[in-house]
Amino acid sequence: MSKHFKKKAATKQEIPTASLPDIIFMLLIFFMVTTVLRETTVQVRTMLPSAEALTKIDQKRLVSYIWIGPRKLADNRIGDTGVQIDDALIEDLTTVRTIMYGKLVEQPKLIVSLRVDQKSEMGIVLNVQQELREAGTLRINYSTKRQVEA
Amino acid sequence: MAGLLGKKKNREPEIPTSSMADIAFLLLIFFLVTTTIDVDTGIGMVLPPKLDENIDPPPVKERNMLKILVNEQGLVLMDDRPSAVNQVREEVRKHVLNCYANAGLECVSNRSEAPGKAVVSIKTARQTPYNVYINVLDEVWMSYFEMWDAEARRIGYRNYEDYVDRKPAEEENRIRELIKANISIAEPDAA
Repeated sequence: MSKHFKKKAATKQEIPTASLPDIIFMLLIFFMVTTVLRETTVQVRTMLPSAEALTKIDQKRLVSYIWIGPRKLADNRIGDTGVQIDDALIEDLTTVRTIMYGKLVEQPKLIVSLRVDQKSEMGIVLNVQQELREAGTLRINYSTKRQVEA
Repeated sequence: MAGLLGKKKNREPEIPTSSMADIAFLLLIFFLVTTTIDVDTGIGMVLPPKLDENIDPPPVKERNMLKILVNEQGLVLMDDRPSAVNQVREEVRKHVLNCYANAGLECVSNRSEAPGKAVVSIKTARQTPYNVYINVLDEVWMSYFEMWDAEARRIGYRNYEDYVDRKPAEEENRIRELIKANISIAEPDAA
């Protein structure tokens, strides 16, 4: 009986670790390939205005963006003012209401970040805001750059 | 039996640690890849809720309201007086802290009754450029930030941020309560 125990104790109980780095690298490469950093391509020009009284949004997952600005056309020309949410340009502004309402249901603490080109007119911004009020997404944020002291 | 126990002690169970570094690196790289460094900054606002057509908006006394009008050319009118964008900050301060004893301002009858009651209303034309609007809004917010800072200093903190960090946990934000940032964005006149 004691002989049996002796035999068992003598065997090496080690997991071969030589292949571990390979497994790790495989995982690493898998994540590198699958993570998408930015999925939207902005189709309107948004040169943001700058301001001093800034607040930071720390919780990125609460934020949803609306881009407003002149459309980027081919060969660096710019066109009429367009409104973009996620990946699509919005033709009819009333769809803003439906889209934003849907997002609000998913995320009740939604903050809508308005990335508006500084040359845009207030009319379109106010129209979009009106739609946001209709949707009930009341927390907004005018995206601005930090003002550089002259 | 005693010999058996002794054997077990000698075995020294070990977890292979050579791969720990790899796991750590993997985590590190994963977070490096997924975190976006640029923090989104901007001017936060809360839109007024949709009004019920049957209920009138709550009345605001004329004297508590500071009306800022910004026209198509980016010219600013404050309570019917033409003024420059860089005057906005001081005007807002004077308006809000009008009858606040600790501010050392004279209590004027055409400005607000109390800091908590003051409302700043910004109205733009439909053709007003967005950056002019942002400039004005920024000045108004900066005015409030400065007032909060001044108030925080008065009650013994370094600045407003310091107050928010160090105030007693159960205490409501007194400064915000006292000097409410009531900024309203008015609809442009139908034209």
